[in-house]
This record gives sequence, C-alpha cells and structure tokens, in this order.
Amino acid sequence: MTLYVVKRLLQAIPVFFGTTFIIYFMVFSMPGDPILAMFGDRTPNPAVVEALREQYNLDQPFIVQYFIYIKDFLTGNLGATFSGQSVNEVFARAFPVTLKLVTIAVVAEFILAVGFGLLSGLRKGKFADHASLLLALVLNSIPPFVALFIAQYFIGIKLGWAPVTVGANATWGALLLPGVTIALTIYVVGMRLMRGSVIEAREGDYVRTAYAKGLTSKRVTPVHVARNSLIPVITNTAASFGALIAGTTVTEGIFNIPGIGKVLYDAIIRGEIPTVVSFVTILTVMYIIVNILVDLLYAVLDPRIRYV
Amino acid sequence: MSDRNAHYVAPVDETQPGAVDQVKLSARKSNMWLDAWRDLRKRPLFYVALTLSVIFLVMALFPSWFTDADPNFAQLSDSNGPAEPGHPLGFNRQGYDVWSHIVYGAKTSLTVGLLTVLITGVIGVPMGAIAGYYGGWVDSLLSRIGDIFFSIPYFLAAVVVMSVLNDYRNPLVISFAIGGFAWASLARIVRAEVLRNKNLEYVMASEAVGRSRGSTLLKHVLPNSMGPVIVALTLSLGAAITAEATLSVLGIGLSGYISWGKDIAQAQQTLRTDPAVLFWPSLALTLTVLAFTFLGELIRDALDPKARARR
Repeated sequence: MTLYVVKRLLQAIPVFFGTTFIIYFMVFSMPGDPILAMFGDRTPNPAVVEALREQYNLDQPFIVQYFIYIKDFLTGNLGATFSGQSVNEVFARAFPVTLKLVTIAVVAEFILAVGFGLLSGLRKGKFADHASLLLALVLNSIPPFVALFIAQYFIGIKLGWAPVTVGANATWGALLLPGVTIALTIYVVGMRLMRGSVIEAREGDYVRTAYAKGLTSKRVTPVHVARNSLIPVITNTAASFGALIAGTTVTEGIFNIPGIGKVLYDAIIRGEIPTVVSFVTILTVMYIIVNILVDLLYAVLDPRIRYV
Repeated sequence: MSDRNAHYVAPVDETQPGAVDQVKLSARKSNMWLDAWRDLRKRPLFYVALTLSVIFLVMALFPSWFTDADPNFAQLSDSNGPAEPGHPLGFNRQGYDVWSHIVYGAKTSLTVGLLTVLITGVIGVPMGAIAGYYGGWVDSLLSRIGDIFFSIPYFLAAVVVMSVLNDYRNPLVISFAIGGFAWASLARIVRAEVLRNKNLEYVMASEAVGRSRGSTLLKHVLPNSMGPVIVALTLSLGAAITAEATLSVLGIGLSGYISWGKDIAQAQQTLRTDPAVLFWPSLALTLTVLAFTFLGELIRDALDPKARARR
C-alpha cells in the first residue's frame, strides 16, 4: 500500500507542472496583450501598464515568468484581485461555502444513485428499471444552468419553497435547492454503476447461499446485495466531488452563492484575467488532489488495485 | 432375436469432411455494424432521437424553411411582446423574435458541436491509437501528455482561453477551446480499445502476410476499435453544445452570432416577469442535447452484444 501511495504521488508531480504550465502558457502566449486586455475598451495610463507589467513579471523571459509564478503558487502567495484583496483571503472566505454546496450535491447524488440503482437492478428489465433509467438520462441531458433556472423559477419564485438567491448568508438550508438540482443532473453515472453491480451481485454464489440458508430478501437485499455493490458508486461519487468543485462557477453565479465559483464568475464577467487564472489554477490543483485521494480510496476499498 | 442381444451401435457421423468449414452462402450478411443497425431499427427511442437530430440539422442548414422573421431585426416597442401571427413565441427583451432566434441558433450550436467533435477526434484518436499500438516509451510519453490535459477540467480551460481571446469569439476558436482539452478522455478510450485488439490473432495474421505495422493499425485495428469511439463522440456532441451555451451564459461565448446560451443569459433578467422567453431557447437546447445523448446511448447498447442479449 505504501508503495502504491508513493507511486501515485510521484505521478502527480509532472501532472502538476504540466497543468500549471499549460494554463500559464495559454494566457501569456495568446494573441493580444493580457495587460491591455485587462482594461477592456478604455485607454490605460502608461505608468499603470508599466507597473502591472512588472507586477506580473512580463519584462522577464517566458520560462522565468513561469517559475516565478510556480514559486509564488507553492509558497502560498497567490497575488491579489483587482479590488486589492489577497487571493488567499478571498479563497479562505469562499472555500467553506463551496465545500458546503458540493457536500450537499455529493450526498444527494449518492442517495439518488444508490436508491434508483438498487430499484433498477432489482427490477431488471421491468417497467421500473426502464422508467428510472430513462428519467435519469433525461435529467442528465438538461444543461446544468437550464436545470438551475428551472429550479429557481418553479421552486424559488412560483412555489416559494426555497430562497431564490442565496446571498451572503449561505446556510445549509439555502444551499439545498442548488445542491440537489446539480445532483439530479449527474446521478445517472452512479446509478448505472449501482444497477450493474446489483445485477451482478444477485447472480453471485454468496447471494444464493444466503437464500439457501433461509434468509429472506428483506435481509439479503440490504446486507448482501446492496453493501457489496457500493464500492463503484462510492468511488464514482468521490470522483464527482472534484468535478463538482471545478464546476461550481455557473451554479454559484446563478444562485449568487459567495463561494469560489462566484469569485471566478465575477472575475470572468469583469474580464479580470489574472484573477481568472489564479482561481482556475487553484481549482485545477484541487481537482488533481481529489483525484489522487479517489485513487487511494479505491485502493483501500478494493485490495486488487494495490498490486497492479 | 431378443432385444437383449442387440448391441447399441453409435450412428455413423453423417457430416462429410469439409462440411464443418463450409460457408452457408444464403446466410444473412452480418458484421458488428449490421448487427447494431438491426438492433437499433427495433427501438422506438432511436426514432425519437433521430427525428429530433434531423429536425435540428435541417433547421441549421435551411433556417428560412422554418421562419420568415428576420432574427437580426429588433424593435424596442416589441420588448417582451406576446405572440402574434408570424411570431409564434413572441419577442424577447430587446424586441427580437424568439422563434427566429431559436431557428438561427440551431446553426451556431450544431456548428460548434460538430467542429468540437471533429477537433476532439482528430487529436484524440491518433494520440490514443499510437500510444496503445506502439506501447513502450511512445505510450509513456503520449499517455503522460494525455494525463496532463485530462487533469485540467475542459470547461475551466475553455474559460481561460475564451477570457484571454476576448477579440476572437468565433465558432472555430470556441471549438478549439473546448476540443483542445476534451480530446484527452477520448484518447484514453481509444488506447484501451487498441490495447484490447492488438494482441488478437487477426493482427498477427495481418503482419504475418507482410502488412506493415502502421498499415495494420490503420486497416484492421482502428476500424475494429471504432465502436466506443463513435459512442464517445456522439455523447461529446451534446457536451460540446452545452459547453458553448454555458460559456455564452458567462458572457465569454460567441460574439456576433445568435446563440441559445446568450438568449438564455439575457432572458434571466426577466425571469420573474417573462419566464417563457427563457423557457423556449432552454427547451431547444435541452432537446438537442437529449437527442445526441440518446443516440449515443442507443448506439452503445446496440454495439454491445452482451447488452443486446440481456434485454
């Protein structure tokens, strides 16, 4: 296991440098002047332009710029946003909110995937199976922002069951609607994994043995079938955690949730490219870290992985 | 003679030598694709998805067949106006005809979707195929490059590209912004398929009769690996269309083109008073994505003999 952990961590090093290099390269090698782009259509003060050029080390050769950027990133110096706040501070304030939102989405996704997957697997080939699979696929085809607008309109505005926007005070209750809505658009993957492994488990010898020794399906289904089918669903849910953190931009923008996605959303709308880059880098690195943790979780849950 | 004395004599094997290997000439022609097609034809959902895709495709190619209204004509006096003859869905906040924007938006969505799929395929298939087939250091190198691109969520990458390329917001750039990162997961699929195929006997046979490695890859291994690739590309068509619309909602999508995403973003401002203006382009977008998702899913099912048998 230790060997596996070390190997997996070593693999992440080139990925870290590769991803950060690509993001950095994309921004500073594209046509157009990134500093001038920051000002949009306005004509900037030449002195300000010079100062910014120096601040972002644009007077240095490209590769030097990149390593300065990496050094700053690794030492936790993430620069400042346009309003003068340090990115660290903004991150520290916004991250807990995003974490709350994503936790709700992940828990809801897990419940939906296990519930419908179990139903589908146990009723294989019957109406309930086809209907629930169809429903999940239709929900999955709705673009997330459309689903969020629909939820916002019907549940927030028409029915008034949930706050229409979240605002500064992001409580668990207020985050429930956007979190569950996002979960509804993604649970199909986990549901299928659950369905597949339930079908496989029901044909397994140990399930036949359980019935043979006189147990009823009341006990066999939760203890023998469901529990053994959970591993792929757990790892899939964990993997979607990373994707969700990276994908909160639209959700938080639409529901005005003061998390990382909203910071990125505002920066995109205002065209603050350095802030966009800082947060995209942070989100990408978090995505990489979550993926490592998922692989390790997989190795803990399924011993076969460790020996590959 | 009583039966007691009768010995059991095994019947002579009537099969003539050579008959075992004989090919039944009257048999129906069959291969992976024909089997899949025969299966698809039996599924009602396939016709639903196909009809929807064809409608949107025709809409994209010949928008004037669907509406007489000019999508670029706006009158503020029509702002959020109700439906009237010739304008079945009314007007949006700027006074544009909603239905004509849906019709002309199909072209934008499908152009971006198809271009993105093309770019994804053109990068992803060779990367995966070469890595899987040649193995060794080539595989290590290409797979590590793929890992790097795979580790940047493609939507975030597109956000960075489109923020920087503020002045170049056309379908080609947006397709490169999405497809330039989405290829990595396709390359993984292709690599796995090629790995599965490359040690099979037909590959050995092809090389034994003197075909070169590169030619074997192109002529035999790749065509046999195409099933999952077609499925992944069909599904990514829907994902690309969603990504374009989402970028437009964020205000970094296309500029100068009619886009469902842009219309939806603008309609958000009047969500409380006039939700229909938001609803119609959302429905068009969802139906398009739905059509391609179902096509991909059904093709996946049809190509998998095990899934066919299970039904």
